This record gives sequence, structure tokens and C-alpha cells, in this order.
Amino acid sequence: MRPTRNTHQPSSGAPAIEAIGLTKRYGDTHALAGLDLIAPSGKVTAVLGPNGAGKTTFVKAVATLLEPDSGQLRVAGIDALADPGRVRRSIGLAGQNAAVEPALTGRENLVMVARFFGHDRNAAQEAAASVLDEIDLTADGDRPVKGYSGGMRRRLDLGASLVGAPKILLLDEPTTGLDPRTRMELWDSIRALVSRGTDVLLTTQYLEEADQLADHVVIIDHGRTIANGTPTELKARAGRDMVEVRVANGADLATVTAILAPLGSEEPRIDEPGRRVAVPVIDGTGRLADAVRSISDRGIELDDIGLRRPTLDEVFLTLTGAAA
Amino acid sequence: MNTIIDHPTAVASTAVESAPITAPRRTIITAPVDPPTVFATATTYAARTVRKFMRTPQLLVVSSLTSIMFLLIFRYVFGGAIQTGGIAYVDFLIPALAAVSGLFAGGAVGVAEDADSGMFDRLRSLPIPRSAVLLGRSMADTALIMWGTFVSIAVGFIVGFRVHTGIGSVLAALALCVLFAAAFSWLMIFLGLVSGTAQAAQGISFAVFPLIFVSSAYVPVRSMPGWMQPIADNQPVTAMVGAVRALVLGGDTQALLGHSTTWLVSHSIVWSLIIGGSFATLASRRFSKL
Repeated sequence: MRPTRNTHQPSSGAPAIEAIGLTKRYGDTHALAGLDLIAPSGKVTAVLGPNGAGKTTFVKAVATLLEPDSGQLRVAGIDALADPGRVRRSIGLAGQNAAVEPALTGRENLVMVARFFGHDRNAAQEAAASVLDEIDLTADGDRPVKGYSGGMRRRLDLGASLVGAPKILLLDEPTTGLDPRTRMELWDSIRALVSRGTDVLLTTQYLEEADQLADHVVIIDHGRTIANGTPTELKARAGRDMVEVRVANGADLATVTAILAPLGSEEPRIDEPGRRVAVPVIDGTGRLADAVRSISDRGIELDDIGLRRPTLDEVFLTLTGAAA
Repeated sequence: MNTIIDHPTAVASTAVESAPITAPRRTIITAPVDPPTVFATATTYAARTVRKFMRTPQLLVVSSLTSIMFLLIFRYVFGGAIQTGGIAYVDFLIPALAAVSGLFAGGAVGVAEDADSGMFDRLRSLPIPRSAVLLGRSMADTALIMWGTFVSIAVGFIVGFRVHTGIGSVLAALALCVLFAAAFSWLMIFLGLVSGTAQAAQGISFAVFPLIFVSSAYVPVRSMPGWMQPIADNQPVTAMVGAVRALVLGGDTQALLGHSTTWLVSHSIVWSLIIGGSFATLASRRFSKL
């Protein structure tokens, strides 16, 4: 289903990131309130949550930028609280702001970060050239970054986190503030990076982003994990697939309801003014085919018929609504 | 709810398949074995900071013009009203400007920008010796301060400043200016880290004004009110400008400065070490807890 993931090695034991009972307080605010989170190895994990849920605080803790008040945190199998220096050799961070220097060229920015990762001069040049290719900025590599678009800056920032070939890539809201087209371009870049097997933890407030990029989604709110699983598993928690029909003629509504009722796992829901009837089903595609066949056998004219799957939005709203 | 068929996974896989195939990578990057040394980290960051300054004409021009304007105003507007005994005011002024240019430079603003832009977050996530970042910053800022010092001295010569001693004393004076610049760079780094944003840093930089003006930098301490004189006499800037003056103007100044050259030089060195050492410690502590 997602071809770019196939090159991932099967998860080898230790999770990429493992947090147990993490807490962090700022005054009266509990940014992390006993967060438990596992980002499996060999996967893209999305941490999804509204503003103020604790996403950035968590990423900062993983990146060893701040020390949690309590709890345990292992990154790439290393105890991040006891040995933050070793964690820094395994991670690459791209934050919410594009931390690139506008006065330098794209290449100079990458060389600088490569040097900070520990590359010598030559290796830093090579790493920068390779990453410029990878993020498709070779043609603009020797122009100052101040002439770059917002999307190009984010791509460069993403590239900067890669020049040290980190095991784990941390992306804190990588597409916040980008227009939809640029966002999709950045998604393509992230997918391309993921395809070479780097573990990725990304935070986002966009459900679509989590759905598009992640194999594993962790929903957090108020500094706690409230759900996790694959996008499909999470959607299953929001409810079943629905077969939904809109009839051309309101008089047919009762007939169609009678046809749908035996297919459903629950009672059909009727929306009379909308000339619509929907029924929750198990095995959505099979029941949809049944419905289409029975309705056309009776010669009923339809405006529309379809299978509606729950979206992550519904999961999110259900869960965060309940937790609030 | 309006869309009847909503099949996000299908959408996702289409998007993946239509994604452009990225150009083949030329080399596979391997992770470096060892983290960078303190020296490599400091020089890399220093080079970047100096490059940024050189490529930002506004910074280069504005900072130079500001110090030239200050120099000319004091030389021609206030200078005539300030009694400096047997020394020409321009000879009194230029060594002082050379000594304190670190307090006028915008070091705090640059540091605050790096804190604000996420640059420091990135740096702190990298396997570098953290203290080396600030060391690099101090090296770069010291170089930039010395640029300002050279501008002041050059313009000083044009408007009548003359050295009254030999080359040895002048080199010693310049060496002291580098030491003061390094010490003040740490003060500015600390202020930049504390303020967090460029604007706040701009404001907080004015906090050093009393240090500059309640000293013998622009006027002799004896012209100040009695209660202020002990403060002005015993603060670091007075010792620093006194040392540079004594070195470039020679023994005639001893009466005006109130201390021997040796006393001034040794005191200015001790003050620099105290300022540099304490703010380097405070700044490093602050940096690790940003």
C-alpha cells in the first residue's frame, strides 16, 4: 500500500524512542504529565496533538534540549537522562523554525552543520553535496538562503538534520505555516528520506500529515498519550465504515432503508431532508457491492452511493474531546 | 460528511506513487565516528558568525557609522567644553573609544537572534562540546569588536589623534584592547542569552551605558560630583581606558590618570579576567539550560 516503506528493515528489538512516565512542569503548567510513548524502530511515528499538548516539549526532551523532571527516556537504546551526549550522536533535529543562516548559501549551511556532526572538511563537503541532491536543491545550493522560498528553507533545514546520517530524525512540526502545495513537496522529501531507513519521529497538528506519512500514530493531549496505533487501527476506534446512499427521489428513501437494514451491523440512520440514508457495516466493500446490486435491481435512481471510512479527524475529536 | 467516498489510504498510496523520484545520491553519507573537537566547533561557529557579519552590509555599515558619529560628536561638539589638563581632547578620547568599543558592539543582538531563530536548539542537539559554541561566538565577536576599534583609530588619526610613545607601547595597548574586547564579548553573550529576542537584546544593551559613561572614558573623573567620583574611579572601564591612554600617551598623563602605567595595566588585566571569567561561566550555564 505504501511502497516507500518497503525498504525498512524489520524492527530489531529496541524501540527507536521509549518514554515512560515523563513529566515536565513550567510553573503551574504540566507540559508533560506522565507521558508514555513508544516509537517503534524502522517506522515513521507521528505525535499528533493540539497546540499546547506537549509535542514540542517531548521532542525537546528527546533531543536532549531539556531535562524532564521525572520519568525514563531511552533514545536509540541509550538512556537520554544519563548519557545525553551519546544520544546527540544518534539524532538529527529539524525544529519548528528553519534554523538556517540566511546570509550563508545552502551549501555553506550544510557544510557547517556537517562539521558540527564531526565530519572533517572533505567529508563535510561531500555530505553537503549529497544532501543537496537528495533535497533537490543542488541548482540553488550556492545561492544565499535569504533568496530561498519558505519551502526551500524548510527543505534545507530538513537536509541539515541529515548531513550527519543520524539514526533517528526528529521533525517538530515540519510543515507548520507552509502553504498546501509546499507542504506536499515537503512530504515528498520526507518520504524520500524515510525510504532509506531512517527512523522518524514527527510532530504535527495536521491529521492529514500523520495519515500521509506515519506508520504509527500517537495522539497526545495535556501532556499524556491518549491513543496510539496505526492510522487504520485508530480509525477503527472511531467507528465502522458506513455505506451511505443519497436517493434522487425522496419517496424512495423508505425502500432504500429497507434494503440497507439487513446489510448493516446497526440500525440505518436516516436524513430525510438530505434524502440520505447511511448504515454502519462490517466488511465495507462487500456490503457496498451488495447495496449497489440490490438498489439497481429495483431500478431506484440514486444521486450518490459510497463507502465512507472514518477519518483521523473523527478519532482525534472523539479522543481529545473526551480527555478535555 | 459531504463526501461520500472518503478513502484516505487510497489517496495516500496514489500520492506516494506520483511522488517524484529523487535524483540518485552521489555518495552514501556515513555517520562520523567521533564528535568534533572544541577547536573545530569553535572555529566553525566563529567563521559562520564573521561571514554573516561581512555579508550583511547593514550591520557592517551601520555599526561603523555609529561609532564614527559618536567619535566626531565628542571630538567636535562636546570636546571643546571638556577640560583634560595638558592633553588634547582628541588624544584623551581615541584610546578610550578603542578600549570600550566592545560595549557598543551589537554582540548581544546577534546572540539573541541565534537563540530566537532555533539555531541554538539545533546546535544543542548536535554532538558538539557545548561550551565550544559560545567560545566560537566570543572569538567572532572579539574580531568584530576589533574591526570597530580599527575604524575608530583610523578616523581618530584623520581628526588629529597622535601617538606619543613607541611601537612597543602601541602594540601592548592593542593587545589590551583585544583582551577587553574578549571580556566584553562574554558580557554581551550573557546579555543576549538572557534577553532571548533581538529587540530585547537591543534594549538590554543600554544597561551597560552607566558603565561606559560613569568612568573616565569621556570626561575626567574630577569633573563629576564628589559622591560619584569613587564609583567612577574604581570601576573597570576607568582602569581599562586609563591603561590604554597611559600606553599611547606616555608618562605625562600620570598626573591626570592618578595612577602609574603599571598599576593601570595590571588592574585592567585583572578586571578583564574577572569580567570575562564570570560572564563566560554564567553564559555557559544559561546556554545549557536554554
